[in-house]
Order: sequence, then structure tokens, then C-alpha cells
Amino acid sequence: MSELTVGLLRLGYLALLWLLVLSAISVLRRDLYGTKIVARRRLKPASAGGAAGRAPAGAAGGRGPTRLVVTEGPLRGTIVPLGTAPVLVGRSPGCTLVLDDDYSSSRHARLYPQGEEWFVEDLGSTNGTYLGEVRVQAPTRVPPGTSVRIGQNVIELGR
Amino acid sequence: MATISPTRVQAGRGVEVALLVVALVVGIYSYAMVGIGVEGSVPADVWQYGLGMAVLAVGAHLVVRWRAPHADPVILPVVVALNGIGLAMIYRIDLAYAARGRPHGFADKQLLWTAVSVVGALLLLWLLRDHRKLRRYTYTAMVASLALLLSPMIPGIGQTINGAQIWVRVGPVGMQPAELAKITLAVFFAGYLVTNRDTLALAGRTVLGMKMPRVRDLGPILLIWVVAMAVLVMQRDLGAALLFFGLFVAMIYLATERISWVVIGLGLFGVGAAVAARAFSHVGARFDGWLDAFNDEVFNRHPGGSGQLVRGLFGMASGGMFGTGWGQGRPDLVPYAESDFIVASLGEELGLTGLTAILLLVAVLVQRGMRTAIGVRDGFGKLLAGGLSFLLVLQVFVVVGGVTRLIPLTGLATPFLAYGGSSLFANWLIVALLLRVSDDARRPAPDVRPVLTPEAGTPVVVAGAATSRPVSASAASSAAVSSTADPPTEIVDGGADR
Repeated sequence: MSELTVGLLRLGYLALLWLLVLSAISVLRRDLYGTKIVARRRLKPASAGGAAGRAPAGAAGGRGPTRLVVTEGPLRGTIVPLGTAPVLVGRSPGCTLVLDDDYSSSRHARLYPQGEEWFVEDLGSTNGTYLGEVRVQAPTRVPPGTSVRIGQNVIELGR
Repeated sequence: MATISPTRVQAGRGVEVALLVVALVVGIYSYAMVGIGVEGSVPADVWQYGLGMAVLAVGAHLVVRWRAPHADPVILPVVVALNGIGLAMIYRIDLAYAARGRPHGFADKQLLWTAVSVVGALLLLWLLRDHRKLRRYTYTAMVASLALLLSPMIPGIGQTINGAQIWVRVGPVGMQPAELAKITLAVFFAGYLVTNRDTLALAGRTVLGMKMPRVRDLGPILLIWVVAMAVLVMQRDLGAALLFFGLFVAMIYLATERISWVVIGLGLFGVGAAVAARAFSHVGARFDGWLDAFNDEVFNRHPGGSGQLVRGLFGMASGGMFGTGWGQGRPDLVPYAESDFIVASLGEELGLTGLTAILLLVAVLVQRGMRTAIGVRDGFGKLLAGGLSFLLVLQVFVVVGGVTRLIPLTGLATPFLAYGGSSLFANWLIVALLLRVSDDARRPAPDVRPVLTPEAGTPVVVAGAATSRPVSASAASSAAVSSTADPPTEIVDGGADR
């Protein structure tokens, strides 16, 4: 074998070694930057119109709320995605959102969608369900961003 | 305000195949180049060799695909490449020894050990389905570590080779049990620290901006220090002592986040090493060889002179930037070129360019291990993966630092590269454990948790990674949950997920 061939093979070997190193690094590069940061959408003032005070965050786009957020109580920060099925809230393990709260009943309240809108219905709970400051007597529409108090927990619908 | 969500991790088995192909080509290319460099032609058995390596690699890939499908895709290829490079260099030095009529035959043994190690690692991966099971054996692991460390002193099976009493020979098989002890010690430290980390991290007095631990909490670190010093004194094995103590200090730091433990640990080791250097001639000789390597008297001293170290340095210097090429240098002039000084041999024949690539491969491997430790959810797994990764990098640091005269030279095996069956076997087992933990770390969270139980009032994010997934998919799964809870009224897509 000529000296030139051997020399080229030598350099080719080093190049291959570096190819392995760089391709390994390119695989783990994805992992280093493995989180995606999305800025939360700003409220569009156009269609919100005269919504005063706590403007419903989800009213702008015309689509219904997509998730239920617990804003107060022991489960604060919990998020339940909303679909087309009703959401049952209470202490019973069979509920969609299970509360560990002595002030709520085992099957406390039900949230269910109708078209684009969600309604809350009290299921005969001891301490009642409050939409804002008002006790829920009959199925009531829940505008996004309005707080619903169930025992010690407060939940909101959001987009 | 912004939401931060992890991007969905790919299982990466396809990536692993692609990288494995490159890694195999590197190994076989090395072997072929050794033949070209030494004998002027490609070795005739390169096909058999390549086939054997490929069978091992494909077998490993299949076991990973089957038993740890979400394991990290980079770990296995990097290790295969390192092992292949090491084998080629040992074969190359073997040829040089054979030409000079010195004892040889290291390459065949190492090849056999490679096969045994890969099979052993795959068996471990196969049998151990969940790394958390190891936590049950915390104190068993401690007893096993002590037994392994002490076994070379049992008369009959213990052996002293080159002044170090670290060998056990049963029949034809010689082992260095300390190599296996480092794994059992990592298991023990992880299990112990995950239980006691709070005590060790407890508030103490602040000295010089560091929170110092209380005196009575110093017990464990002093105990390990005594054990390490005992290893150093009785078995005359400076490298192993450094390794065990370094492992403990690193893991206690991982567990407590207290820099004071590192300071205390380094201080204790410094004191121990300084005393040992005065008291024991073999340790003192290492220090002389390090500080005054080019002194004629130190160079020629026998035993314990700096001749080996300086020859290694000259070898690497003659390699220069791009190396002499496989088979073109004279790495065999350095004593123990195939084991302790394999880094110098590689530096001579592959040059700075090649050696840097090899060190980067090690760095990538260790980074994957550390990333696994960050990603895994249980504390034991975190400490185990972090400790094992640190073990790998500490070995490389001690060897490369010693060979390049950054720190005193100690006799440790370079992971995957150096000749030595026990070391190769133990390091493959470490890889199996890392693969096992990384499978757990990268496995996607289960889609739905139907029963939501808050743990002691901490906020719980429901439905696993629900926030990071497309809303439609989450909605469908939440529909599936509520359909079990509530009589379905208007469910269209409910139950699709079950």
C-alpha cells in the first residue's frame, strides 16, 4: 500500500472518530434544549368589549374553555383538561377531580358542556357550590375566569 | 408569564442503530489500520472480528430495545466505540510485544473479556427490571463491598502482583474484586444517602460562607476515609483508595448540595495522602515522580522511578497533533503500555486530535449519565446514576491526569480502553445500570391518572404530562376518565383510550 493511501486512511480514521463524537453531541443537543417556553397569550381587547374587572380570558377567541384550573385550596395549581365529557368534582375516588377536603361532599358538583359553554350543577352538596358569591341552585353557566368555590377549593375555567 | 413544557422525548432506538453502525465502523477500522500499520496489509480475519463485534452490538441493541426501550440512545454506541478502540490498541501493542519476544496474548484475553462483559451487562439489564429494587439491598451491598475489598487478603486465593495486594485468583480466572466493589459501594452510598441526606444537610454553623455540618454528623465520612486509608496502606492501592473516597464525597455532595462536604473531603484526603507520602515509600515515590519527573536520579530509580511516566510523555509528544498513525509509533517502549498507559499509547498513535475525540466520547457518556440523574424521578436513582457517572469520569481523570503529569500517577484502569478483565466487566455493568436508570428517566409519564390523590398538600399536576400534550389528546383521555365516573350522556369519543 502506498504511503499516500495509508496517510489518507489515517486522516480518514480521525475524521470518522470526530464524526462519531459530533453526531453523538448532535443527538444530545436536542436534549440540552429540551424545554419549550411559550409566552402566555395576551388578552385581545377588541372583542372583550365592556368586560369590566376580571375580564374572561377565554372570551376573546370564540372557542370554549379548554381546561379547568384549581386556583385556591390544597390542590392549587392542578389542571384538568376539558373535553366534551362532563367533569365530576368531589371527594369520591370516582370523580374526575378528586378533592381531599373535609368541606366538600363525595359527589359535590358537576361541570358539563353545552355547545361552547360550560355549566355547573350542584349535586346536593352539604356546603354548596358558589359561582362567584352566589350559591348555585340550578345549573348555571360558568363564564371563563369566574371562580367556582367548592369547599375549600376554588376552580376556574380557562383556555 | 410563560409556560415551560418539556418537549416530548423520543425513545431514540433508531438513532441508537445509526450511532452503533458508526461506532462499529470505528472499532473495525481501528483493527484494520493496526494491520496496515504493523504488517502492511489488512488483517485476514478482519471479517470474523467485525462479525463478532457486530453480533455483540446487535445483541446489545436488541436487549435494550426489548427490556429498556426508552433508554438513552447515546450510551451504548459510545461504549462500543471506546471498547473497540481499546481492543485495537491492545492488539497493536500485543503485536509489538510479540515482535520483541516479550510476553503477549493480551488482545485475545481482552476480546474474551469483552464478550463476557457484554453478556454480563445484558443479563443484568434483562434481570433487573427496576433499579429501585437495588435499594432493598443497601446494607447487603455494604457487606458485599467490604467482603470484596478484603478478599485479596484471604490467604490461598489472594495474590500480590507488582506490590499491590488486589488480586484474587480462583482456578485460571484472576479478578480484581475492588473493581466490582466500586459498583456495590455506589449502590450502598445511594441507598444510605437517600435515607440520611436530611441529617447530613442539616443546618450547622456557617464558616467562611459555607454551612458546615455538625461534628457528630461527620461519622460516615470519617468511616469511609478510614476504609480508604486502610485500602491504601494494606493493599498499597492508591488509585482504588482515591476512587472510593472520591465517590463518597461526590455522592454526599449530590445528596446534600453542601460544598462544605467537598472541602472537608478534599482536606481529609489531602492530609491522608500527605501522611502516606511521608510514611510509605511507594506513595512517596509517586509524589517524587510527579514533582521531579525529569530528574535523572528519579528517572532511573528502581522501583518506582518516573521512567514510565516520562517515556509516556515523550510518546505523546512524538504523536503531536495528528499522531503517528496506528502501528507507526513505538508505544510498547512504555512499561504497561496496554493497561495503565493505554492513554499515552493512544495519544502517540492518534495524536491530540484522536485523544481529544476519545476524551470527548467519555465526556458524552458521563454527560448522559448525569442527564439521566437529573431526569429520573426517584432520589435513589438520581444518586445511583450520578454516582456511577462520577465513578467513570473520576477514573478517567485519575488516569489521564496521572499520565499527563497533572496529578501523581496511580494505577487505575482507563474504563473500556485499558487491558484488564475485571475493570472492563465492572464498567460494562455500570453501563447496564445507567441504561436501566435512563430507561426510567426517559419513559413518558403515563397518560392518565384516574385517581388524583394529593400528597400532603403539595400541588399535583393532574394527568401526567397533560399540559405538554396537544389539547385534543388530553381532552379525549379526560373524557375517558369521566366516562368511568359518570353515566355517559353525550360522550362521543370516550373510552377510545382504553
